[in-house]
Amino acid sequence: MSDKNKIIYVLVVFIVIVSFPFIYNKVKTPTDVNVKLNTPVIDNMTVKQCILPKEQMRHEHMKILNSWRDDVVRGNHREFGKIDGVMYEKSLQLTCLHCHSNKSEFCDRCHTYASVSVYCWDCHVAQKENKL
Amino acid sequence: MIEKALSGSKYYWAWICFLLAVILVGVACYIRQYHYGLGLTGMSRDVSWGFYIAQFTFFVGVAASAVMVVLPYYLHDFKRFGRITILGEFLAIPSVIMCMLFIFVDMGQPTRILNVILHPTPNSVMFWDMIVLSGYLMLNIVVGWVSLSAHYKLVHPPKWIKPLVFLSIPWAFSIHTVTAFLYAGLPARHFWLSAIMAVRFLSSAFASGPALLVLLCLLIKKITKFDPGDRAIKGLVTIVTYALIVSIFFVGLELFTAFYSHIPGHMQSFKYLYFGLESHGKLIPLMWFSTLLAITAVFMLLIPATRTNQVTLVIACIFVHVSLWIDKGFGFVIGGFVPNPLEKITEYWPTLNELLVTAGIWSIGLLILTALYRIAIVVKVELEA
Amino acid sequence: MSIDRRQFLKAAGATGLLGLLGSPLFKVLAPGELEASPELKEGMAKSAKRWAMVVDMKAFPTEESYNKCIEACNKTHNIPQMESEKHEIKWIWAEKYENAFPDSYNGYLTESIEKMKFLVLCNNCDNPPCVRVCPTKATFKREDGLVVMDYHRCIGCRFCMAACPYGARSFNWRDPRPFIKNINPSYPTRTKGVVEKCNFCADRLYRGELPACVEASNGALIFGDLKDENSNVRKTLRSKFTITRKPDLGTFPGVYYVIGGS
Repeated sequence: MSDKNKIIYVLVVFIVIVSFPFIYNKVKTPTDVNVKLNTPVIDNMTVKQCILPKEQMRHEHMKILNSWRDDVVRGNHREFGKIDGVMYEKSLQLTCLHCHSNKSEFCDRCHTYASVSVYCWDCHVAQKENKL
Repeated sequence: MIEKALSGSKYYWAWICFLLAVILVGVACYIRQYHYGLGLTGMSRDVSWGFYIAQFTFFVGVAASAVMVVLPYYLHDFKRFGRITILGEFLAIPSVIMCMLFIFVDMGQPTRILNVILHPTPNSVMFWDMIVLSGYLMLNIVVGWVSLSAHYKLVHPPKWIKPLVFLSIPWAFSIHTVTAFLYAGLPARHFWLSAIMAVRFLSSAFASGPALLVLLCLLIKKITKFDPGDRAIKGLVTIVTYALIVSIFFVGLELFTAFYSHIPGHMQSFKYLYFGLESHGKLIPLMWFSTLLAITAVFMLLIPATRTNQVTLVIACIFVHVSLWIDKGFGFVIGGFVPNPLEKITEYWPTLNELLVTAGIWSIGLLILTALYRIAIVVKVELEA
Repeated sequence: MSIDRRQFLKAAGATGLLGLLGSPLFKVLAPGELEASPELKEGMAKSAKRWAMVVDMKAFPTEESYNKCIEACNKTHNIPQMESEKHEIKWIWAEKYENAFPDSYNGYLTESIEKMKFLVLCNNCDNPPCVRVCPTKATFKREDGLVVMDYHRCIGCRFCMAACPYGARSFNWRDPRPFIKNINPSYPTRTKGVVEKCNFCADRLYRGELPACVEASNGALIFGDLKDENSNVRKTLRSKFTITRKPDLGTFPGVYYVIGGS
């Protein structure tokens, strides 16, 4: 049965190829992302806080942005709510980027690191950095 | 059974390699288009659908025409189509797949294609087109494959296949009707806004599809050991003849309504296609060529001498297919966009990149057709031997 | 809402952002601009039932006067100026009478109308064919009568372009960004592969502002709630004879034209 060896050989190659990304990520020590998150706007804030707790933003920002976009575009509900008497609008471009004007640090560093490609910027404009 | 497609003569493999090469070119051209955008085609703000959608429309017809062998055989016990029903069903499969691919390459945002399912919209004809096309594909795959493998195993096909066969008959009509509704319900597109669009589509489909099937049968007879049977081919030719005549008649009806009513909107697209409008007339030679072919074919198919002679029959069938391909696979879609709703004229002509993507899709269709026909023929020949 | 908005801006201004950017965003949102919109009262953005526009042709004496409106729109919405006419993106543009109203053209017009260019844009129809055909609800009609697009959802099938009787829709045949001279940072651009059109400035209305073209029109474009008997739109429709484009199609356009002429 020469076929038996062939099958085992191909099977091993197959398993190695399929599991390679997982093994690679396990073996590789993560490099330090080292992002500088502060911007002039954030530096000037007396209380440094986002519209939601940091942890929640970190984990759920994509879901939040997704639900915002449906709320705004499809429902015309644009108000996020007031924080300390200031009304915040559900807007990536107008609200998020107001404070986080450093898109290349704030968004791109992590996304590049995690190999996540988002198409937000195909349309939305990162104001300051685009030299507008 | 599928292994039958993996063996063959060196000509068979040369043909497969040729198709694969064209597919590769098509894929490369599609990748170009994907990155640049649909601006790489000849389409424009005014002619916003072009060759891709026209090809889609044409091949929906070829797919639907399988019913022309299935219906007589199953409903009227028309025995002589028994040997070719499988060929009809196996022609429908690559046709529907080509339709889907043509829609896909025409999309501006192909990665979002699932939005059609994620956000189902029953008021859109396109939603229904997706349903009928995928349903028709499944029906033909299941019916064709199950009956052929039963045949192969020398057993009767399972009982549950009969209801599916009967379902596939109205379903075939539905795919081309819904495709006609894509066009026939749009205000201000006078050329398309016609209640007979669905029957016009069906009649031209029942001419072009079976004409292709006749050609395929004759080719199979020549290059394989399988003989579809002269009587089956004769039956097909009769269908082609009358479907073609009806199809031409329907065009005549459209012309009468447009030109006797003399309503400018109704006449303009016809004028553009056949005579040119304000010195724009890129499609004139093609449209007259198509007309000439159709009329010649009618005579060739009606006259017994030319109908029974194999050489002239082949020519007539090529004429029918090419004529209707030009008419529906090009002129019909472009004509609807000229002039635009503001009565301005922008002309369309496909670009090389667009044509190569199209050639790639044809080749995918031909590859699937070749493999399926190979399987069917080998099975049939083995059983007969 | 606009009060909150102002507070928000004050807060933003305090951070020095306003001076830093000096962008159109803050110019249009600056206090004073809001008061300059007599048609829009506080809260109206949400209570309006059917937004509509009247184009008063008599108030467009020169080419310059309507070009201002077009430019305002182009700037506000980041409309690219494509190289090829085939790939043009147009939200609002000017057409001759015979093209804007082809089915009521009899071949003989007064000299003034012959010369006139009519601003055409999406009619935000009551019964929009584009909404009917869209397979993903990317184009939909809002309760206030606006026909708007969700660019995130558009698959680029262009069925809406075939369906629109007014040629109001444009497709991004290629990436539009390189063709926008000065990007307005307060508004997104579009991406290749989606359809776009005028949306009566849905987001400006929300902020209590008139559409950009109306603001730039010097009174020639009248905008308001068609369901409000006292709106400027209704007042105009009561006092002047108006026409719409292709009324026989039953789309019920939301853009009316006072032809006038002298």
